[in-house]
Amino acid sequence: MAGNVSTLAHVAKHRQRRSLQDPQWLRVALIGLALLFVAIFLVVPLVAVFTEALRKGVGPYFAAVADPDARAAIRLTLLAAGIAVPLNLVFGLAASWAVAKFEFRGKALLIALIELPFAVSPVISGLVYVLLFGAQGWFGPYLGAGDHPWLGAWANAHDIQVIFAVPGIVLATVFVTFPFVARELIPLMQAQGKEEELAAITLGASGWQTFRRVTLPNVKWGLFYGVVLCNARAMGEFGAVSVVSGHIRGETNTIPLHVEILYNEFNIQAAFAVASLLTLLAFITLALKNLVEWRHRRTLEAAAAADIRQFVNSP
Amino acid sequence: MKIKTFLLLGLAAALSGAAFAKDIQLLNVSYDPTRELYVDYNAAFAKYWQGKTGDKVTVKQSHGGSGKQARAVIDGLAADVVTLALAADVDALYDVGKLIPQDWQKRLASNSAPYTSTIVFLVRKGNPAKIKDWDDLVRPGVSVITPNPKTSGGARWNYLAAWGFALKKYGSDAKAQEFVGKLFKNVPVLDSGARGATTTFVQREIGDVAISWENEAYLAVKEFGADKLEIVVPSLSILAEPTVSVVDKVVKKKGTEAAAKAYLDYLYSDEGQEIAARNFYRPRNEAIAAKHAANFAKVELITIDAVFGGWTKAQKTHFADGGIFDQITTK
Repeated sequence: MAGNVSTLAHVAKHRQRRSLQDPQWLRVALIGLALLFVAIFLVVPLVAVFTEALRKGVGPYFAAVADPDARAAIRLTLLAAGIAVPLNLVFGLAASWAVAKFEFRGKALLIALIELPFAVSPVISGLVYVLLFGAQGWFGPYLGAGDHPWLGAWANAHDIQVIFAVPGIVLATVFVTFPFVARELIPLMQAQGKEEELAAITLGASGWQTFRRVTLPNVKWGLFYGVVLCNARAMGEFGAVSVVSGHIRGETNTIPLHVEILYNEFNIQAAFAVASLLTLLAFITLALKNLVEWRHRRTLEAAAAADIRQFVNSP
Repeated sequence: MKIKTFLLLGLAAALSGAAFAKDIQLLNVSYDPTRELYVDYNAAFAKYWQGKTGDKVTVKQSHGGSGKQARAVIDGLAADVVTLALAADVDALYDVGKLIPQDWQKRLASNSAPYTSTIVFLVRKGNPAKIKDWDDLVRPGVSVITPNPKTSGGARWNYLAAWGFALKKYGSDAKAQEFVGKLFKNVPVLDSGARGATTTFVQREIGDVAISWENEAYLAVKEFGADKLEIVVPSLSILAEPTVSVVDKVVKKKGTEAAAKAYLDYLYSDEGQEIAARNFYRPRNEAIAAKHAANFAKVELITIDAVFGGWTKAQKTHFADGGIFDQITTK
C-alpha cells in the first residue's frame, strides 16, 4: 500500500517534470543550434583574426604593431577616446540626472536627441561635419583654408583645421559615442526613484552633497559599464571617422582606418595583427563588463541580506 | 625678468631655425593604385631634395578613389600636391574650390601627366572564362569586376575604353551605349576605388575578369603570383593619363611652394621615370620606356581627346548626374 503511494507520487512528479520541460530531442536541437550559431558567428571569426595575425610568426606580428604608422594610429585612437569618453561621461551623468530626477518641459525631446546618434548612420554623422566645417561648408570660410577676410586669415595663421585633422576625428567620435553613458544611466536612475534623494534633502543635505553621496554611489556600476561600452565604440568607430579623416598616413588614421589601409595594400598579415589589438580591446571590455555585473550583483545581494537581517532582528 | 628670458628664447629659436635646415612636410593626395609607386618615389625625392637644399622633406600620403580624393581636397584636405587618376578630377579643384588656376594642365610637360598607363584585363590562371577581348565581357553569365565610375578614376578609363572599342567595332554611339550597358549588367559589385575592386577580384575571388589599370594588374600578379592570375591585353585600349598638380592655395598658405613644385618636376627626371617604370607605369621618357619595353604590351591606344573631345566633355556627357552612366545603371 505504502509502496503504491510512493510509486504514484513518483509518477506524478515525473509527469510534472515532463510537462514543464520540452522533449529531449527538441532541447538537444535548440541547444545545438544556439551553439552552432555562436561558433559560426563569434568563435570562428575570432580564431581567424589571431591565426591570420600570427601566420608569419611573432616577429612580423610585433613589427606590424610597432610600425610608425601603426603607432601613430594607436596614439590617435587613444587620444580620440581619451577626449570623447570623459566628455560623454560628464554629459551622460548630467543628462540622466536631469531626466530621471526632475520633471520639465521638453524632456521627451531631450531623450530623443540623446538617442539620435544611435538612429543616424555613422557615415551621415561624418558627412554632417564635412558640410559644417569643410572648406565649402557653413563654417568653412572662417577656418583653416577659408576666404573670410580676417577670421579666415586668423585661422590660417594659427593653422586651425577641423575636418581632415585631429579635431574632426574627435568631434565625430564624440558624436557617435554620445548616447552610451546616458542610455545606460537613465533607466537605472528612473528605477531607483527619488526617495533617497528626497530623504537626504529633508535631512539637510545640499544639492551637491545629495548628488555626490546618494545619487552617484547608487549608479556607480551602471556608470562604469556605460563608460566601458562608450570607450569600446570610441576606439572601434569606422564610418564617421573615415569620412572626416582624409586618410593621411601617420597623421589622421585611427586603428580601424589603418587596418583598412593595410588590407588594401595586400598586407593581410599586418592588417590582422593591428585588428587583433581591437579584438583584445573587445576581450578587455567583456572582462570588465562581467566584473562589473558580478560586483553589482554582490552589492545588491549584500544589501538584500542586510535588509532581511534588520527585519528579523527588529522586535 | 620672465618676459626677457622668454624673448631671448624666442630669438634663439628663430635664429636656429634660420641657421639650420628646415623640416618640410608635404601632403600628396593620390588615387588608389599609386600606393607602392609613391612609397618608392617619396624616399628618392627626400634624398634628392636634401642633397640639393639641405632641407629634410617628409611626404605624407593619402589614397582613395580619385573622385573621392578630389572631393576631400575641395572640402579642405590640405594637399600640397594632387596626383590623381585623370584630368577631370583635377579640373574639379578649379571648378568648385578655385584652388588652382584654370590652365593648370599646361604648367607641366605632357599634359601634366608624367607617366601614363592603360586598361587591361586581369583573369584567373588559365583564363577559365576564355576572355580574349572586350566582346567577351558582355557575354551572358560572365562576371566582370570594375569599380564605380562615379568615384573611381580607373573605372572611368575602363568605361571609356569599352565605349571606344564598341564605337570602333559597331560604328555608332547608340550601339556603344548598348554595349557598355550590357557590360555593366555583368558587374556584381561596384567598389569605390580601383584597389577595392582588385581585392574583391583577387582576395574575395568574385568575378571571372577584372578590368584594371595595367600597373594595378601587374602589381596584383606580382603580389599574388603568376600561378594565380594572368593578364589579358585587349585588341584596343585607351591611353590613360594620370595627372598631377600643385595645389596653389594650400602651398601659398603653408609656404611649401618650392618643395611642392620640385616634387612634381622630379617625377619627370630620369630617376622619377625609372621608379614609375619599375612600378609598372609607362614612363614618358622614351629611353627609359625602351628599357622596360618587355613590361608594356604593344596595343592600339585611343585617346580621350580624339574620341571623346577631352575630359571636360566626356565627364559631362558620361559621368555627370543624369549622364549616360546614370541612364545605363538605372534602367
